[in-house]
Amino acid sequence: MKLTVNGTEHEVDVEDDMPLLWVLRDELNIEGVKYGCGVAQCGACTVHIDGEAVRSCQTAAADVWGDVTTIEGLGTPDAMHAVQKAWVEHQVAQCGYCQSGQMMQAASLLALNPAPTDADIDDAMNGNLCRCGTYSRIRAAVKTAATKLQEA
Amino acid sequence: MGRIGKIARRTFLVGSAAVVGGVAFGYYAYKRPVSNPLLNDLAEGEAALTPYVKIDSTGITLITPRADSGQGAYHVQAALIAEELDVELDQVSVDPGMPDPAYYNTALSAEAAPFRSTDDGFAADTTRGIMDAMMKFMGMQITGGSTTVPDSFEKLRLAGAVARETLKAAAAQQTGANVADLKTEKGAVILPGGGSLAYTELAATAASMDPVNDVTLRDPSTWRLVGKEMERVDILAKSTGTQAYGIDFEMDGMVHASVRTSPRRGMMNGFDAEAAREMRGVIDVVQVTDGVAVVADNTWRAIQAVNAIDVDWGPAPYPAEQAEHWQALSDSFTSDHQDSRFRDDGDVDAALEGAEVVEAEYRAPYLAHAPLEPISAVVQVADDRADVWTGTQIPRFVQTNVAKLTGLDTDQVFVHVLMMGGSFGHRLEDRVVREATEIAMQMKGTPVKLTYSREEDTVQNDTRQIAMARGRGVVKDGKVEAYDLGIAMPSVVASQMGRQGLPVPGPDLQIVAGAWEQPMQIPNYRVTGYRAPELAPVSSWRSVGASTNGFFHDVFLDELIHAAGADPMEERMRLCWHDPSRKTLEAVAEMSNWGSDLGPNKGRGVAFCMSFGVPTAEVVEVTNMDGAIKIDKVWVAAEVGRVIDPINFENMVQGGIVWALGHAMNSEITIADGMAEQRNYYDFEGMRLSQTPEIFVRGLENGDTVRGMGEPMVPPAAAALSNAIFAATGQRVREMPMNKHIDFV
Repeated sequence: MKLTVNGTEHEVDVEDDMPLLWVLRDELNIEGVKYGCGVAQCGACTVHIDGEAVRSCQTAAADVWGDVTTIEGLGTPDAMHAVQKAWVEHQVAQCGYCQSGQMMQAASLLALNPAPTDADIDDAMNGNLCRCGTYSRIRAAVKTAATKLQEA
Repeated sequence: MGRIGKIARRTFLVGSAAVVGGVAFGYYAYKRPVSNPLLNDLAEGEAALTPYVKIDSTGITLITPRADSGQGAYHVQAALIAEELDVELDQVSVDPGMPDPAYYNTALSAEAAPFRSTDDGFAADTTRGIMDAMMKFMGMQITGGSTTVPDSFEKLRLAGAVARETLKAAAAQQTGANVADLKTEKGAVILPGGGSLAYTELAATAASMDPVNDVTLRDPSTWRLVGKEMERVDILAKSTGTQAYGIDFEMDGMVHASVRTSPRRGMMNGFDAEAAREMRGVIDVVQVTDGVAVVADNTWRAIQAVNAIDVDWGPAPYPAEQAEHWQALSDSFTSDHQDSRFRDDGDVDAALEGAEVVEAEYRAPYLAHAPLEPISAVVQVADDRADVWTGTQIPRFVQTNVAKLTGLDTDQVFVHVLMMGGSFGHRLEDRVVREATEIAMQMKGTPVKLTYSREEDTVQNDTRQIAMARGRGVVKDGKVEAYDLGIAMPSVVASQMGRQGLPVPGPDLQIVAGAWEQPMQIPNYRVTGYRAPELAPVSSWRSVGASTNGFFHDVFLDELIHAAGADPMEERMRLCWHDPSRKTLEAVAEMSNWGSDLGPNKGRGVAFCMSFGVPTAEVVEVTNMDGAIKIDKVWVAAEVGRVIDPINFENMVQGGIVWALGHAMNSEITIADGMAEQRNYYDFEGMRLSQTPEIFVRGLENGDTVRGMGEPMVPPAAAALSNAIFAATGQRVREMPMNKHIDFV
């Protein structure tokens, strides 16, 4: 089947029910997307499909309905997305393992809701677990990114 | 710097050695006074140089041997070297290096001896010295016990200083300039005329010289980096998805494996893998100790196939039901189980006799570590060497265990430490490496990546200890008069070291850690440790014994203070004899404006615990929302001697509070039919973003010893929460997880 990831089309030969997470990680070697729970409880595997944040561990390869964007497609170290810049500015990460998913979730939130309230942020980000407990900084970084995106 | 300074100077000599294209600076191992056999333990060949700084024509590498499980250990170690070396953090690469006995952890052993961290007396110093020698003998290059900063603080700056002065001497030799006229800045020696020579250009000359060992560490007032806000060395990678973790490691020709071993932590009777063998991508089904693994062409297929194997598991080597575990603890408060009584002030029995005694019992459950990155390891075994790539806190144990399994010599085993997606003590165990090695031995030459499923990671977790405490106390004239606490738990150290084949003689300090050594002056004051029989496998979980005992000790103190009718803050201050500790209470009182009117339905609790030598005071504020508790704010003040990086410090402390409160609210591992009942984050959740309170942090620098802050914020947090719930509702919660007794928003 064909998958478009970060603007590049790939032909992959996988089972229909192989989760997108593993197609990305093990077939396409795109490893910014992380395996945490496999059951949509932690959000580490969050990617965008046509701009919408989805849990790639619960998205079967055959069900991918549009273009996939991973953290690598959101921005790069040389050309960061506003969300990534805010994550650097607030030094959000500790172990950092959940942060790709956190940033993909935040970017999707801000695309849909450019000026989220605290409650909006809580709602949108609540499915993304951080075992290091960086939530205070995630909240602050989402707000900074929102401000920067509105200025742009 | 007191004791740390003395040990560092007695212990180390910085040397240098030529490496390909440049020079390496580092420590020679112990000087060996012949009079003391304990210090005379290194073989001749082991007294080799172990580098902390490597410079060649391509760049500068700082070696950071303490592993990084997410709390910024690489960053802090790099900053300490860079401070004296005069390099900027963006000019260097950071490498954890290979396991080596010379990287042994001095600070960990200092805290392993049964002397209070507040005790700097002769006996304490002497015993710490013996433990230090034993630790080195065992070659324990361990990351743990909040020791990275204390262990590194002087060593790494010395390494940086010697490298800098030697590079200056090399510049003098190359240019004929006088060393006194040379300065260093941003990885270069600045010449008197204004020109400069990059360190990389001086490396070859420096390699041919004796290192300049006569250095003086700079005065803290001149520091450029340490104590200042820095950008963490890994923050860009971790903000762009480009940080590689152990689970991301890839090699040509690598195969993917997943494993199942007994969920009852016992034997495997047999298995039927016929269906699994037919599944797409499956290369082989192989046996490992007490379990079975599937080797496949990708991770998902390996996990799917191993879950399709029908396995007959043997019984658990411990009681099959949770109630029996509690019973075992309850039965352990007897003299024949007594493990220690390091604290026995006044006459507790006499004080309790005939008095109105306040009594309470407390419980704390098994807990999983559950870092977000499931454990994994890549192992490749050849006839004459084995390579391991994994995120581990115990590289020397890994090396030894792989050597034992493969029959190779330890120097034929190469352990490459990779970045960890969290640990919290989980990666102080190495079963994943042993299993990956067993698989790799059955397919020699092929690199095997073993990845646990989240479910396997949870069910095989060597959990935090289960623990119980019983308190009896007396109050008089508005004061705490007698305090008697008994704590029962299985020995974490015996369980953990037992898996490494190491006996641990004597009492287990962790059974009473966070309780016996509290700097409180109570007229009649006793803490007794009771060793429960070995139950389910237990291991070090962030703050270890203190993770349960900090809760027990302080909540019981709070109960007595309330019984006495005293103010919880003032009475703790009155009882506290240790000035730096009392200052942490004063700081949280001031930060939280303790005593101010909170309005209706709110309550505040304060708690104090000294653990890992760090006095830590915390205040939690909650609102009672129609019977459900919302945690609003937390204030933390901790005495660490020196804050290396204020940003990293704040983040780590805030995270530790989230960790401690999340588990205290809603998390436990329970045993049924011999197995952990929980499997994933849906039944082992911790805290989520919407529940996160505002957390205010202050690091105090009144003490003269630098301490690590990876764990000490954990022990008081659950106590402060329980005390706050009492203040808001009148309900005393004596058991974790607290949601068994009260709802949370």
